[in-house]
Amino acid sequence: MTVETPVLRIEGEMTIYQAEQLKQKLLGALEQASVLEINLAGVTELDTSGVQLLMLAKETARAKHKELRLVAHSEAVVDVFELIDLVPYFGDPLVITPTSYAAERAANPS
Amino acid sequence: MNLDSALQTFVLESRELLQEMESALLAAEEAQGREEMVHAVFRAAHTIKGSSGLFGLDHIVAFTHVVESLLDHVREGDIAVDGALITLLLSCCDHIGALIDAVDRMGGVMPSEDDPLVQAGAPLLTQLRGYLDGPADGEKTAVAIGGQDAETVERIEGSGSDNDNWHISLRFGRDVLRNGMDPLSFLRYLRKLGTIVGIVTVADALPKAEEMDPESCYLGFEIAFKSTADKSTIEGVFEFMGEDCSIRILPPNSWISEYMRLIHDLPEGDARLGEILVRCGTVTAQELEAALSAQADTDSPQPIGTILVEQGSVRQPVIDAALARQEQAKAAKAQENRSIRIDAEKLDHLINLIGELVIAGASTNLVARRAQSAELQESASTLLSLVEQVRDSALQLRMVKIGATFSRFQRVVHDVAKEIGKDIGLEINGADTELDKTVVEKIADPLTHLVRNAIDHGIEPAEIRVARGKPSKGTVTLNAYHDSGCIVIEVSDDGGGLKRERILEKAIERGLVEPGSNLSDAEIYNLIFEPGFSTAEKITNLSGRGVGMDVVKRNITALRGTIALSSQEGVGTTVAVRLPLTLAIIDGFLVGLGKSMFVVPLDMIEECVEYSAERGHDYTNLRGEVLPFIRLREVFDIGGPPARRESIVVVRYAGQKAGLVVDALHGEFQTVIKPLNKLFSQAKCISGSTILGSGEVALIVDVPALIQQTGDALPAVSNQSTA
Repeated sequence: MTVETPVLRIEGEMTIYQAEQLKQKLLGALEQASVLEINLAGVTELDTSGVQLLMLAKETARAKHKELRLVAHSEAVVDVFELIDLVPYFGDPLVITPTSYAAERAANPS
Repeated sequence: MNLDSALQTFVLESRELLQEMESALLAAEEAQGREEMVHAVFRAAHTIKGSSGLFGLDHIVAFTHVVESLLDHVREGDIAVDGALITLLLSCCDHIGALIDAVDRMGGVMPSEDDPLVQAGAPLLTQLRGYLDGPADGEKTAVAIGGQDAETVERIEGSGSDNDNWHISLRFGRDVLRNGMDPLSFLRYLRKLGTIVGIVTVADALPKAEEMDPESCYLGFEIAFKSTADKSTIEGVFEFMGEDCSIRILPPNSWISEYMRLIHDLPEGDARLGEILVRCGTVTAQELEAALSAQADTDSPQPIGTILVEQGSVRQPVIDAALARQEQAKAAKAQENRSIRIDAEKLDHLINLIGELVIAGASTNLVARRAQSAELQESASTLLSLVEQVRDSALQLRMVKIGATFSRFQRVVHDVAKEIGKDIGLEINGADTELDKTVVEKIADPLTHLVRNAIDHGIEPAEIRVARGKPSKGTVTLNAYHDSGCIVIEVSDDGGGLKRERILEKAIERGLVEPGSNLSDAEIYNLIFEPGFSTAEKITNLSGRGVGMDVVKRNITALRGTIALSSQEGVGTTVAVRLPLTLAIIDGFLVGLGKSMFVVPLDMIEECVEYSAERGHDYTNLRGEVLPFIRLREVFDIGGPPARRESIVVVRYAGQKAGLVVDALHGEFQTVIKPLNKLFSQAKCISGSTILGSGEVALIVDVPALIQQTGDALPAVSNQSTA
């Protein structure tokens, strides 16, 4: 039997403009669950503050012995994670979504 | 600094740079290290252009600019380096040199536009522009070739040490985000300059969730970055980050202590940073582990940085490369600091003063002896020995390495060989051998002559060389070494050698030698030093006219040197020039005349014999030979009765032998020559003076002048009877 994992969907930008709001949202969701899945498919932009918040969530989860999973990274997220090599930090499998895959194919035909 | 002395420095430096440029160009002919050489040439041209601009020497700037642009293309690989290009660049070097000489002569004023000198640059400019415009015509090929080159370069670098990375350490200020900047965008921009090989996001500063301000920036990055950009370009990326950001950029192969300083400077724990460096690829995991366990073992917790240093835990090739580079840089710097440019006049003044000091010291010593005070004598003798040491080291100051003179011949060989269509290389040995600066200056001309001779007459044409089983490329060797107080400079070639029979034939033809006389090889070879002697069948514009070897010999004799020739037919010829190390010291022979002392240069003395004379004549019978003599008493007008037992010092100069009648022989004496005051410039037969240990002045006899003065009456001594 698997318990339904609560999923937090983040849509749109994860930038300094939404940072305050996002912090509440993330920590609030984490507060209520022992396992949390964050779906990043709808993230269109990620900046340093967004990255920081994701790392904060991960650290907090770790400190409280909870599990945090990032799933369905959008292209924007993958791009940043690869830029600053955060994939091993979060330890989540990077599932290449069809859209990002297609985009990659288009950019890199080989 | 006033403008005049600045200009002087500019002229001196430019000449040195041109020298460097020339030798780099000549070295670039060889395949190895060509890239390095091109850089060296470019640097020299660039520096000259820059400093000429400072002095407003527009012609030099204009001309050098074109040279520089051409070199730039060469550097980029657009234009291939070949013999023709090097010859052109050498001519450009000469032209710049001529312009600088003109500036020097005219005291910083530039020759006008239509000065013939400036005009002389025009054809060179045309040629240079020809090269520059060339690639534009065939742009496609040029681009293709350029692209290929770039690829090769990259590949070579890629195969090098994989730790040729910059290390960039970034910590951002809290307000970066609020100021509207995103560190990520800087990283994206950085990627345009090269490849981010490794990156670690440092989030250690991230506080607990409650305290965290989502609008502050807590992150930092450690980046290993591979790029060909220079430091300032990389720094430029982070220029707008603001003052509260800390950016540390370590160049590739940085000294390990730099990494360690980085570790200490950063706010995170040392061990944590060690880990970060591992992830960036700066140190390996095993090394870190070893360092960490070492840290655990020791009771007093050592900072990990120290341990890493102790264990040399940064990869060996990195250390080696870094070490080598550092050593090189250090050595270069040390070299710079080791030498000081001194005005030759100041040095002469110093040596002159020291000469005075020697005199003063000697007289003090004498007074001390007279005073019969043991204490005074002791201190005086200490003083004297110190003065002698000072004198010796002062004379040492004038010593320069012969290498610079030798390397000038690279050019001579290159040009002359090209001119006569032979393939000849120059080999230099003993470039570190030192000798007096004045000797170095005066030896250059005779040496040039000898080298030209070797190239023109010595080395045979390539076909003949191949037929004789020698490599088709001829070699001229310059060698210098010290030998019992002298310096010996050898010019040798691996050419055909002197043809003994031809020389003899020619000598008989010219009446220098009696037919049928029996001469040794050395005697025959020495015939080529006779005035007007040449065996060359054809006259080239280099040599063969018969003027030369006698001039060479005269020049060298004037430096109190000797020249000797050895040769083996078909194998080569070696000319050995033997010179005194310095003109300031001679080995003299002390003779007494009445109460006066005179010094005769020892190398001119053949022997000393007891005085005897044919009754009523000024000559004596020396083993059956007529030896004319000169009574020095009469020449120097010394009164008083002659000593009971006079002696004859037999001297020989330029093929003439003569006796000098003196009162007493006092033996060998090494002496510092002090030039005579202008007041005595009219004094004949005296070449200088020296101070004896007793403080007395002794005059140095000018033997050549003496023989010349009285010598017209002296019969020439033929070679056969004396050699």
